[in-house]
Amino acid sequence: MLEVIKGFKRPFLVTIFFLLLCGLGYPLLMTGLSQLIFPVQANGSIIKVNGTAVGSKFVGQDFSDPRFMKGRPSAVDYNTYTQEQKDDGTYSGVSSGSKNYSATNPELAERVENDMNTFLAANPTIAKEDIPTDLLTASGSGLDPHISPAAAAVQIPALAQNTGLTEDVLKDIVAHNTQDRFLGVFGEPTVNVLGVNLQIGQILGIVDGQD
Amino acid sequence: MTQVVLFLIVFIALILVTGKYLYHIAEGKHTFADPVFDKVDKFIYRLCGIKKEEMSWKQYAMAMLATNAVMVFVGYLILRIQVMPVFNPNEIGNMEPTLSFNTIISFMTNTNLQHYAGESGLSYFSQMAVITFMMFTSAATGFAVAMAFIRGLAGKTKTFGNFYVDFTRITTRVLLPISIVVGLLLVSQGVPQNLSPNVTVQTIEGRYQDIAMGPVASMEIIKHLGTNGGGFFGANSSAPFENPNVLTNMIEMMSMMLMPGSCVIAFGHMVRSRRKKTVVGGKEKTVWFGSEARPIFAVMAAIFIIGLGICWSAESKGNPILANIGLSQSMGSMEGKEDRFGVTQSALFTTVTTAFTTGSVDNMHDTLTPLGGAVPMMNMMLNVVFGGKGVGLMNMLVYAILAVFICGLMVGRTPEYLGKKIEGREMKLTALAIIIHPFIILFFAALALSTTGGLAGITNPGYHGLSQVVYEYASSAANNGSGFEGLADNSYFWNITTGLAMFFGRYLAMIIQLAIVGSLIMKQPVSESIGTLRTDTTTFAISLFMVVLIIAALTFFPAMVLGPVAEHLALFN
Repeated sequence: MLEVIKGFKRPFLVTIFFLLLCGLGYPLLMTGLSQLIFPVQANGSIIKVNGTAVGSKFVGQDFSDPRFMKGRPSAVDYNTYTQEQKDDGTYSGVSSGSKNYSATNPELAERVENDMNTFLAANPTIAKEDIPTDLLTASGSGLDPHISPAAAAVQIPALAQNTGLTEDVLKDIVAHNTQDRFLGVFGEPTVNVLGVNLQIGQILGIVDGQD
Repeated sequence: MTQVVLFLIVFIALILVTGKYLYHIAEGKHTFADPVFDKVDKFIYRLCGIKKEEMSWKQYAMAMLATNAVMVFVGYLILRIQVMPVFNPNEIGNMEPTLSFNTIISFMTNTNLQHYAGESGLSYFSQMAVITFMMFTSAATGFAVAMAFIRGLAGKTKTFGNFYVDFTRITTRVLLPISIVVGLLLVSQGVPQNLSPNVTVQTIEGRYQDIAMGPVASMEIIKHLGTNGGGFFGANSSAPFENPNVLTNMIEMMSMMLMPGSCVIAFGHMVRSRRKKTVVGGKEKTVWFGSEARPIFAVMAAIFIIGLGICWSAESKGNPILANIGLSQSMGSMEGKEDRFGVTQSALFTTVTTAFTTGSVDNMHDTLTPLGGAVPMMNMMLNVVFGGKGVGLMNMLVYAILAVFICGLMVGRTPEYLGKKIEGREMKLTALAIIIHPFIILFFAALALSTTGGLAGITNPGYHGLSQVVYEYASSAANNGSGFEGLADNSYFWNITTGLAMFFGRYLAMIIQLAIVGSLIMKQPVSESIGTLRTDTTTFAISLFMVVLIIAALTFFPAMVLGPVAEHLALFN
């Protein structure tokens, strides 16, 4: 019996030591360094307007106002909620992910069809086949902050109608919030939806002032 | 496709360098960083009472098991009392017992299957002191065993080295330094690293949004470097805070490919230095790629490329059901994928994460097209395509022993591998090592399909439901940890059965593999003669490829036909 206990002495010491080193020392060191060198990124790249936080550069938001550009469908509504939704439990706390519909799941086709009808009603000048794939498919994280440039372009006629801004102004705003492929080769070009809507909001006076 | 080719070129260039560094660490040779790390290691040895005695395979296995057992015990305890107000600003409650059991086995075995969502299920203290801690130690454990295995095969000594020394050296000299540097790089790109509570903002439409925070970056890097794969958030590496742009996507992929790739290179060097003694040839040439490693690498690379091609083309074609209702599929199948990655980077990530058995995902595997989803499943069933932390290499070497045996029988030569005769005892163990992986997957899948507890987890109708079940156990047994995440797997049935699958998949395989080498190590080396079947040739590479395919195809063919293949036919009918 004593032998067995003795045999566990080293495993035990190793466990405690590496728990302190890798489980506490290392993440705390990283936190300290990050807060020192990259304070903005380390705290979630929060976007502020006049000192008030309105979102994060990397987290999408759910928009319902017809004057704002729409993002992709999200299984978690981008963790966006109203006070009532929180009170009645419709919003149950921060999460991420997708509904995990398989390609053959009839609920997927149903959701896409519903969203398609809503979109066509809001964008009457657009033909069904011109809607880009990403705009009606849900992202994996449910927090995708981006849409494709095509998905932004297809929304511009209706946005011009609803905001009273010219299409050229809107195209400029989109271009300003478009990120090209990394080094011209890697990944896909993307448009940051929150960035676009912040600029629209500023011009319309919904979001006050510059930051 | 250009981006994929460029990426793979960088990968090969990188592992040629790091493979050599790894070889030096495994063999205790001199490296440029010794002046610093020797002092650090000496301090750790003294503190933990580590003497550098040589171990037999049994002592090595016992040291590994005992250390892992203590870690499991401590980790389980922390999960059960995590409600305590230490680094817990979001006031997360204790974890339920079967879920804690599943989680702790999952992280100790390097699987990182998650039946919880990080943002709502774990305190920051647990994320650091359990999850991040185990990501280091399970990686170091797997790596130490792989090094001992190769050392034994190389046959220069009669012993395996010391588990604690291997474990310490790999942590201090590889895992920690890379994690600090690359971790900071991830922070610079937008991965958060803080201890603040979640942020609530008011949106410009006047509604509210919760934004999850935490020490993400420090976990994100070791999650990939250690081929662990468990996400800080439920959505894993598809969550923008874990993987904000395509650069971080490639850093994360490269991090998980680095060590398993280097292991193959290190293997080549370790085995080669044994043979050099017999062929002394004047001046030394710089060797980048040991000849015995070439067939191994070639077979792994071939399966990897084939899988990547199938996954990419299946995803690019899109979903015909959505095309039917009028949604253009010109961007490919985008359900479950992020815009910044698109189909190409997503297919690449999917293939990489299952070939290198990491299990992190940058898109949802459940939403992949049937054939696209069959590729990750096949990678995990084979479990020899690079594999996590040297484990894939060990599996492949077991297949190599089998290939030598089969080829030897066919052409009438004595089966020998790396200068050692393969005999009855080794072949029995090899057969056992090979059969155990499919047995765990198929046995538990059958169990799930015949019990109500198992069937209750299935969330997608039709053939895909079967795929969800088979995928979950393939992922558990291969210690991968990705999932067809639709599966409602946080139940007693799923927590316990996958916990067992992960446990046996990890430790039984490791112990049997150590036993094979433990048996080989005691034999007299035979000198190479005209009757020796050479194992560094193209012929051998092809034979090995065929053996892997035939064994795997025979075992998993029925399950694949009933799941992904049937779903594919239904989709395109």
